[in-house]
Amino acid sequence: MDIELMLKVYPFFLEAAWLTIVLSVLTAVLGLICGTLGAFARLSRFAILRFIAAAYVSVFRGTPALIQLFILYFGGPQIGIQLDAFEAGVIGLGINAGAYMAETIRGGIISIDKGQREAARTLGLSHWQAMYKIILPQAARLMVRPLGVNLNMLIKATALVAAISVVELTYTAQRYIGSTYKPFEMFLLAGVLYMIIIYVTGRGVVWLDRKVQIT
Amino acid sequence: MTDEKSFVEIRHAQKAFGKLEVLKDISLSVDKGQIVGIIGSSGSGKSTLLRAINDLDPLTGGEVWLDGVEVNQKLPHRQYEKHINQMRQQVGMVFQHFNLFPHMTARENVTMAPMLLKGLSKDEANTLAEEQLDNVGMLERIDYYPSQLSGGQKQRVAIARALAMKPKLMLFDEATSALDPELVEEVNQVMRKLAEQHMTMIIVTHEMDFAASVCDRVLFMDQGVVVEEGPPSMLFKNPTQPRTREFLRKHLENAK
Amino acid sequence: MGLDFSMVPKYLDIILLGCAYTIGITVAAAILSFFGGIVFAVIALYAPWVIRQPFRLVAWIFMGTPLLLQLFLIYFGLVQVGIDLPAVVAGIIGLGLHFAVYNSELIQTAILSVDKGQMEAARTLGLSRGEALRKVVIPQAVRDVIPPISNNMIALLKDSALVSVIGVSELTLSAQRVIGKTYRPFEFYLLAAAFYYVINLAMEWVQRKIERRISISR
Repeated sequence: MDIELMLKVYPFFLEAAWLTIVLSVLTAVLGLICGTLGAFARLSRFAILRFIAAAYVSVFRGTPALIQLFILYFGGPQIGIQLDAFEAGVIGLGINAGAYMAETIRGGIISIDKGQREAARTLGLSHWQAMYKIILPQAARLMVRPLGVNLNMLIKATALVAAISVVELTYTAQRYIGSTYKPFEMFLLAGVLYMIIIYVTGRGVVWLDRKVQIT
Repeated sequence: MTDEKSFVEIRHAQKAFGKLEVLKDISLSVDKGQIVGIIGSSGSGKSTLLRAINDLDPLTGGEVWLDGVEVNQKLPHRQYEKHINQMRQQVGMVFQHFNLFPHMTARENVTMAPMLLKGLSKDEANTLAEEQLDNVGMLERIDYYPSQLSGGQKQRVAIARALAMKPKLMLFDEATSALDPELVEEVNQVMRKLAEQHMTMIIVTHEMDFAASVCDRVLFMDQGVVVEEGPPSMLFKNPTQPRTREFLRKHLENAK
Repeated sequence: MGLDFSMVPKYLDIILLGCAYTIGITVAAAILSFFGGIVFAVIALYAPWVIRQPFRLVAWIFMGTPLLLQLFLIYFGLVQVGIDLPAVVAGIIGLGLHFAVYNSELIQTAILSVDKGQMEAARTLGLSRGEALRKVVIPQAVRDVIPPISNNMIALLKDSALVSVIGVSELTLSAQRVIGKTYRPFEFYLLAAAFYYVINLAMEWVQRKIERRISISR
């Protein structure tokens, strides 16, 4: 193992890891927004909203994220959408993650016993009051772990933007493999950083899950 | 045409799921302060009728009136939502499975709706919660979560929650059916106390003895119709309809 | 620039060939990941400590890092140690091993849930530990685990697009090549997406069939 080389290039990997973190955070936020909208649309009383949301979930989960990213980044200009690689990465991955999160969020909401909604409505709460005060606080607790799984997948999926030349961890590893011919060392550098990010988020999810449970 | 309406008035209530008719043209009036029991086997439509009163299970035909206001009137969606939320505030409901909000303490279960819907301050709501929970003997457990309470205790909190909205009418949907036998009495006691305070109540129940002792009037329902109704002394002692007799006989056998 | 699908028929054969590659790669990697998953599960549960623990560490790393990064490691790593495999083989191995690790997790859980009573019963009959595993425990575990594994297989189809990055001429790279000639990225990536979607729907259909079969046989 070429430790000397690793010591020489690791600052570039650290910088790239920071970009991976930024990408992950922005993607997660956008994913949560899309996922929440998607979940509520799927549960809407309007058939047209339900249809659009079901199509969104099915198509974005049913095709490779990489292709979605390519359509947005390379095809976007044809329909008047000019994005730089980073923007395309965040938006593409965020919409993709949203499709998965929509299913998680919808699953959490529908798993709450219908008696809860009935009790709330019986007291005179409106549909949205019942949702906000009674259903969502309970559903949110159930969603922490499955959303954590979505988050874990999303962090790893940020590697895809290497294919559109965003200088995050995987792209950096690829570039240094190309220039140094040391695939194992470069994999190790990037791998350790990914593991740290994944591990810390995983612990965070477990901590949050414990914290929000009802005694 | 004079249109004198009782406090609660159900006219020609019908409910069908496709071809299956759950309620077939049921009419019922309840006076203020009256306590009406509804008995019948499962699938007789008794819960559906009760749940139609606050539009939890909307009727497919017929009218429900409460204190001179039509509950299930035809209105555009938004207006109807406003109207029905207003109506439901006046009707308390107690469920078989309690349906307490598990993420809230007993206190929060009681204060949530009055604060949200009636604009009570936190202090006012707390006073109200203490009062209502004291009323059902649950003051000691005011800051417990539902998961820390027994079934009977949960149901008493659920009653307090409903009463905190100062309803004109209370609906009980088999309030003691899910309870262990030894916990039934504590809930029954609370209901008796309400009866003494002249709360208007409609009670769907399996417990004939309880119905006989608190109700002014009892209805026996079977296959979506009211087969027979009358004061408990008559209905339980001298039922006129064969179906009522059959039901009571079977019930007595099961109780043994 | 607008959209123009008039060039699609001319290049459809290239895209269809890419489709065939994608299906072939997916099937090959799926088979590898299935049997690999069983082998990995047995190693992770029953191998001696000195093998088991390092093995689990490697599995853990494979689950905590992106597939794309792993593909780079395998593709370039093999070259470095002097094994010059065609990209398509490296791609299948990479995909297959990656999903074998995920399948192995599912199979381990399933083995542990059938293990106890069944293993004892088989041992009482005189089967050795290995025989009991092979004949009794694993067949049952595999049946339990088919629905979640089929989810992984559907995920594998979509992740197979990543091998385009190491130069495997599957659907995504075929689309890329056509785009190189036509400068019509939107149209041809959309076309590729449509093919992926159709294959995906077909796989979901098969999955539902299998699940129904299993639920009947119980």
